Amino acid sequence: MKTKIDEILTNYDNGGRDTLIPLLQEIQEKEGFLSEEAIVKTGKKLKIPTSKIYGVATFYNQFRFEPVGKYHIMVCRGTACHVLGSATVLQELESQLKIKAGQTTRDGLFSIEVVACIGACGLAPVLNINGEFHANVTAESIKNIIDTYRAKEQ
Amino acid sequence: MKTKSNITTREYLQQLTIGFETGKMPQAEDLKTVQNKTIIYIGAGTCGLGAGAGKTKTAIIKYLTDKKVDADIIEVGCIGLCTAEPIVDVQIPEKSRISFSNVTADKVDTLLDAVFAGITDGFKTLGQFENKENKPWNNVPRISDHPFFIKQKRIVLQNCGIINPVSIEEYIARGGYQGLIQVLKKFSSDEVITTIEKSGLRGRGGGGFPTGLKWRLAYKTQSDQKYMICNADEGDPGAFMDRAVIEGDPHRLLEGLAIGSYAIGASVAYIYIRAEYPLAIERLKIAISQAEEYGLLGHGILGTGFDLKIKIKMGAGAFVCGEETALMHSIEGYRGMPSPRPPFPAEKGLFGKPSVINNVETYANVPDIIQKGWEWFSSVGTEKSKGTKVFALSGNVKNTGLVEIPMGTTVRQIIFEIAGGIRNNKKFKSVQIGGPSGGCITEENLDIQVDYQNLIAVGAMMGSGGLVVMDEDTCMVDIAKFFMDFIQRESCGKCIPCREGTKRMLETLQSITSKPKPNDNRDALERFQGVVQLEKLAKVIKETSLCGLGQTAPNPVLSTLRYFRHEYEAHVFERVCPAGKCTDLRKFRILTDKCTGCTVCSKKCPTSAIIGTRKAPHFIQEDKCIGCGACHEACKFEAIEMI
Amino acid sequence: MSLNIEINGKNYNAEKGETILTVLNRNGIKVPTLCHMKKFIPSGACRMCVVELEGNAKLVSSCSYPVSDGMKINTRSPRVLEARKTIVELLLSNHPDDCLYCVRNANCELQHLAKEYHVVDRRIHGMKNKHKMDHSSLSIIRDPAKCILCGRCVRVCEEVMGVSCIEYINRGSKTLIGTSMGKGLNTSSCVNCGQCIMVCPTGALSERNQTSEVQEILHKKDKVAVVQYAPSISVSLAEEFGMKPGQDINGILNSALRKMGFAYVFDTTFGADLTIMEESAELIDRIVKGKTMPMFTSCCPAWVKYAEEFAPDFLDNLSTCKSPQQMTGAIIKNYFAQQAKIEPKNIVSVSIMPCTAKKFEAQRDTMGRDGINDVDIVMTTRELIELIKLHGIDMHNIEPELTDSPLGVRSSAGKIFGATGGVMEAALRTAYKQLTGNELTNFKINAVRGLQGHKEARIKINDLEIGVAVVSGLANAGKLIEEIRNGRKDLHFIEVMTCPGGCIAGGGQRIGITEEVIEARMNSLYEIDDRESLKVSHKNPEIVELYANFLGEPLQHKSHELLHTKYLKREVLL
Repeated sequence: MKTKIDEILTNYDNGGRDTLIPLLQEIQEKEGFLSEEAIVKTGKKLKIPTSKIYGVATFYNQFRFEPVGKYHIMVCRGTACHVLGSATVLQELESQLKIKAGQTTRDGLFSIEVVACIGACGLAPVLNINGEFHANVTAESIKNIIDTYRAKEQ
Repeated sequence: MKTKSNITTREYLQQLTIGFETGKMPQAEDLKTVQNKTIIYIGAGTCGLGAGAGKTKTAIIKYLTDKKVDADIIEVGCIGLCTAEPIVDVQIPEKSRISFSNVTADKVDTLLDAVFAGITDGFKTLGQFENKENKPWNNVPRISDHPFFIKQKRIVLQNCGIINPVSIEEYIARGGYQGLIQVLKKFSSDEVITTIEKSGLRGRGGGGFPTGLKWRLAYKTQSDQKYMICNADEGDPGAFMDRAVIEGDPHRLLEGLAIGSYAIGASVAYIYIRAEYPLAIERLKIAISQAEEYGLLGHGILGTGFDLKIKIKMGAGAFVCGEETALMHSIEGYRGMPSPRPPFPAEKGLFGKPSVINNVETYANVPDIIQKGWEWFSSVGTEKSKGTKVFALSGNVKNTGLVEIPMGTTVRQIIFEIAGGIRNNKKFKSVQIGGPSGGCITEENLDIQVDYQNLIAVGAMMGSGGLVVMDEDTCMVDIAKFFMDFIQRESCGKCIPCREGTKRMLETLQSITSKPKPNDNRDALERFQGVVQLEKLAKVIKETSLCGLGQTAPNPVLSTLRYFRHEYEAHVFERVCPAGKCTDLRKFRILTDKCTGCTVCSKKCPTSAIIGTRKAPHFIQEDKCIGCGACHEACKFEAIEMI
Repeated sequence: MSLNIEINGKNYNAEKGETILTVLNRNGIKVPTLCHMKKFIPSGACRMCVVELEGNAKLVSSCSYPVSDGMKINTRSPRVLEARKTIVELLLSNHPDDCLYCVRNANCELQHLAKEYHVVDRRIHGMKNKHKMDHSSLSIIRDPAKCILCGRCVRVCEEVMGVSCIEYINRGSKTLIGTSMGKGLNTSSCVNCGQCIMVCPTGALSERNQTSEVQEILHKKDKVAVVQYAPSISVSLAEEFGMKPGQDINGILNSALRKMGFAYVFDTTFGADLTIMEESAELIDRIVKGKTMPMFTSCCPAWVKYAEEFAPDFLDNLSTCKSPQQMTGAIIKNYFAQQAKIEPKNIVSVSIMPCTAKKFEAQRDTMGRDGINDVDIVMTTRELIELIKLHGIDMHNIEPELTDSPLGVRSSAGKIFGATGGVMEAALRTAYKQLTGNELTNFKINAVRGLQGHKEARIKINDLEIGVAVVSGLANAGKLIEEIRNGRKDLHFIEVMTCPGGCIAGGGQRIGITEEVIEARMNSLYEIDDRESLKVSHKNPEIVELYANFLGEPLQHKSHELLHTKYLKREVLL
């Protein structure tokens, strides 16, 4: 039975080593994370030892080996965000969702990740939730932001 | 849309190509479109979207539908003034384009009603764009006179926030791709390189290496295949210039990249862009396919023997991949761990072939240098640093955003005139230039003229152009710790001095900003030794690290030690953070005469450090207190003070 | 093109394209290295080899920096020495402080550097990484806490072996060397060759040590401790005891083993002769009956595991013969046990091998029957040395002794098994006799001798022309397999040794051997072959007796039961 990963791999038939990262990026985009199946099948397809694939995947921040929440909250830890209070924002998020950065809530709704500078420094502190940017975030505005997403589940 | 002279862009390009041979040149002016209906421009770069431009757009569409107004909406990139986002420009036919700031969705209806009625009072404007053919608005200043813009000289950013970034026609109508065609028809590779050499253009990514020299080295190396690479990884926290250029004017980058490829003889170019810039990636993809469509990229461009394929490679989240050799390894599909240089990329680079890596901003300077000439470019700037630099201003200033200023502008002018000074009436403390590889500029050095040499002389670095302004409430030890933490997370781990050395430095900084232990005396000596060791370690790390990341990692620490040693000493000996930022070192005290015993603070305290009975004065136990300040914020009687 | 460079004030010649380090080494100017390996592209990771280069604000790594005419270098300025010392101290600050309890105590490159750079106080403190040990493999133990991330093991596994079961995982100070998906070594594609241990500068990699197990049984009253040792062992001990590298101390070895407490001392080389009898017969059988060709040797267990994982389509090509170790073990537990009237279950059969993969081989399913292993415990050369020292045996002052019958006599054909090409040569000598009825006039087959990784020859036997190939270093085997997959048909018999150079450079040998030592060992083996008169396996009287009294004929039922094995496709994360 062909899985989603098998389908993605059909486009990489004569792929050289330089297609490894784009391939992993495509798998993660469609699956949400990199499973053992992804690593093994990529290795077979590109004829690269799986240890090397795992080595590449663990090097880069982008790749995850576990699924994230439905709403994945990325907190920017860039300089400007730091100077304007991102640490407090993170603290408040963790306290409200009752999870730490790198974890997912039990109901699978939210996960928190601290990421490198997003590049929206003029609007620090910044959050990126599933691609949507939230600017000038404060500890006070966190509750509203989370509630908005929870409301979508109703 | 009708153009002025009724020729199509394609025809214009053909005429231009022939024109360089015959001397009969068409005018880009002729491509300007005749405007017959209102155009509404929305600043929809990542910053704009973050400030709510998406919702603003929805509101505008609704307004136009409801009121049955026939107008076009164009999403543009960042003009640079982030604090003014969302920015909406309205261009009514025959009237000057006028720019409004902070147009959130709730303001749309009243604003558009007023504008269509010819009224602008009561709305915050950035200004109006001057145009000889259009009628100006009354009582609206020119945007070029705005304090944020007046000192800027916009070469790289000239189109950002103005044109539709995904319209190649608009880019060409403003003179775009003329440089490339001129080069293909009239210049040899050697002549292109000489032009760049004479212009004095230096790499804008941070190294400041003379661009012409880099191109010449690659040009001279014989090979069957060469590569031109654009570093759009922009990992410096606090830098977003490249993002804005790609989101706002992607064709400028493509043109510069193509000219460079021709110069060294590369038939394939890569743009390595970080995955965290999805909008920029999207715009870039569209721009490339448009350029290919017009025959400006691809096989046998414009009938010459020059082939160029531009490919996009996405980074996967590693700051170290901004380093040349690591970047190339990442493109090749490996862990982004740098390699020793020499051999340099110009001799042996991507896939073992001669390659040149330049930053986005460097490429964005190239088209105008070709079109306007090297003398024009080298007339701007200082003796050793020519041209302009785009800076990303952030932190505790009134106006945050992107500015492009001539080299030689002073730091004081940038912070106090362009950026409007410090927010909230606070005092200036320092400005960090160059990100995690840079250093800080203090009050005493505010009048230095910004250029590569001057910044290094004071222990900072141009870097990619991130300028983070800090006020009196910033703790410089905390800043040093912040950058060292960043470096530790982003270090690739290959070489010992960076991997282990920066960790030791970070641990020292962590120990002097963390909670004092009960038997403190021996600790103080250890901490002091730690600080002395910081300097020794820094020297070895700088001198022996494999790549630029490690070599410059100690800079923020060295720089803050140089100018703020007293702050370090206060942390080490007095166990106090003078700026009050390091929470672990903060101590709070309840003033017994003001305390009403309301118990609000003790309920807020996360570590149950406050004891007391109802209606009786409370007390903070020092050993349990973590200095978070929650009690201080919660107290309605101002009975808690920081000591 | 000749250049002139200045080092520490003196002028030296250099060639264009050389690195500074090459010139330094050639002229005896010592500069420390940790990540550098000869014949590998420099990695520039450790920064220990930094030197001062005039005109450069930073120190440069001499291992990678190319020479240029007129360059001025200083290898020992205070700045350089301070930098190197700090780098060592930085490594130590993230290294366990337990040298006295470490398997590499007194033989650790980090320890040596600490001594060389006079590190006498703990100037740099910090948090040490907390990595767990990996005990999952039968052959190799990993202790990432001691790893200094020099990367030598990764490169050897990838470039020399073509296995690549380990790689750098994670980034920055969280980096460690690990396997795919971070699982234990035993589920990875590791073939247990132990070459990673041979290049590891610290105690991060070591063999599964079984000396205490052996110690225990040596003193068990109810058990009979029997030992066999591989052909290469007797030429691989000399320099440990202050003798000339490569010197053959076979007789002394026998004596030492008895003094330790082994009741019987046998020679695996006898087993090598036995292997030749079976394998040569098998080769002829395949050729004559047109069975699967080419045939590959199967005495190297790391190669066998490699084939099972990476080339399962070649499993029918592998000789079904067990290795000499296993054949000897099987004969011990059957033939010898019967003769000596000892219950097989009371025999503890120990072998001494230059190899870590043999520990895995001894535990394979087919290597025993009815709950009785052919070989119970395998010890590496390193473990043997430990035992010799533990027992206080003075190798200079004991009398040489002979091995025990009926597994003690050996031909020199068996002895040369220890070098790459030895198995091939021994097999050809016997095959020639079996096919033609005559002995070779010249027993030396030079075409298959020498330390190169890939050798070939065409041997005429009557009107048959046999194509043979000898590869050492699994990457070379991989390449050859690919050629055969792509249609190459001119080879009949292929010898594969995992370790480059053969067992004399095996993964269980003394650590810190140089190319010169390996060559000396090889030469020693061939000198034995020159000297001795019993040059062919089929003339070994004990072998002849074994067949007459016990086995019958090669490839017959008894041989099949005891001396042959099966292979299976292994599903591992490749």
